[in-house]
Amino acid sequence: MDNFLEKLLGKEKKSANTAKERLKLVLIHDRTDITSGQLESLKNELIDVISKYIHIEPNKVKINMTQEGKEHRLIADIPISPTPNRRK
Amino acid sequence: MNAKVVTISSGKGGVGKTTTSANLAVALAQENQKVVCIDGDIGLRNLDVILGLENRIVYDLVDVVEGRCRIRQAMIRDKRLPELFLIPAAQTRDKSAVSPSDMIRLCEELRDEMDWIIIDSPAGIERGFRNALAPADLVLVVTNPEVSSVRDADRIIGLVEAEEKGPAQLILNRVNPTLTKRGDMLSTDDVLELLAIKLIGVIPEDESVIVASNRGQPVTFANNSKAGQAFHNIAKRLLGEEVPFMEIEANNGFINKLAKMMKFRGD
Repeated sequence: MDNFLEKLLGKEKKSANTAKERLKLVLIHDRTDITSGQLESLKNELIDVISKYIHIEPNKVKINMTQEGKEHRLIADIPISPTPNRRK
Repeated sequence: MNAKVVTISSGKGGVGKTTTSANLAVALAQENQKVVCIDGDIGLRNLDVILGLENRIVYDLVDVVEGRCRIRQAMIRDKRLPELFLIPAAQTRDKSAVSPSDMIRLCEELRDEMDWIIIDSPAGIERGFRNALAPADLVLVVTNPEVSSVRDADRIIGLVEAEEKGPAQLILNRVNPTLTKRGDMLSTDDVLELLAIKLIGVIPEDESVIVASNRGQPVTFANNSKAGQAFHNIAKRLLGEEVPFMEIEANNGFINKLAKMMKFRGD
């Protein structure tokens, strides 16, 4: 829908912006030597480990690598789901 | 004298390393500096043709390294600028004929006589690049505002740092202001943000660079091209001068077109 609206309004993303976004990801993977496939399996293993202790919703877990200047960060966003059995 | 060794590198081929090496060497020599440029691309030599010195080669880099001649004999003096020299690469050998320690030794010998030693690195990250990197005091990474060359530049920047030859500085080459303005080419700021590196020069895309290479006369010889001016600015920055970065503007905007039309009518 967003895409459709953008096209309708003639606001298709400029190719330079696309290039920049693509490069950001590629460079992070190049620099850390981690592919997006490996990141995906890291995420899945992480979900398994955390699920042993905390009740989470696997499909809401997000894991990303970011860059700011020369610093790289691995950021995991793991929403905890409410545990009904503990509610009184 | 104690020459500074500047290695021009890029990772990807065809981004303008050799053109940059030739023009920086000429621009520095025009600032009354003693300059020798070394073609590091053994087997695929090209700095000689870009400089227009291809007919004067007798000895080459490998001859020096293997002791068939003295360094002086392999140094071709450019007749247009008495303080500019070229040590050509061998054409019939490969990169393994020279080692990083050969390059360090060679540069040590040249240091006393020169102000600048410019090494034109071959593309790639193998032996030839290692040879060019080994003696470097400063590495200039050339890239175009385009995904594959920026990606490769990032690899080179990492390798330069790993060898403790960093921080490298960036030359952004072949910038097309019309495309940048339209949002169809990465801007200088975009590339700097992605690579997190210091900028030393921005070279606009310029047809006169092609004309210059046809003739074997780097654009920096004539003082009227934008690219030539940009190379002169880099040379000045290398010499420690503070030179503001040139405004690279599109010259086919509406106002310009209008101005051209008016001029046409005026004629």
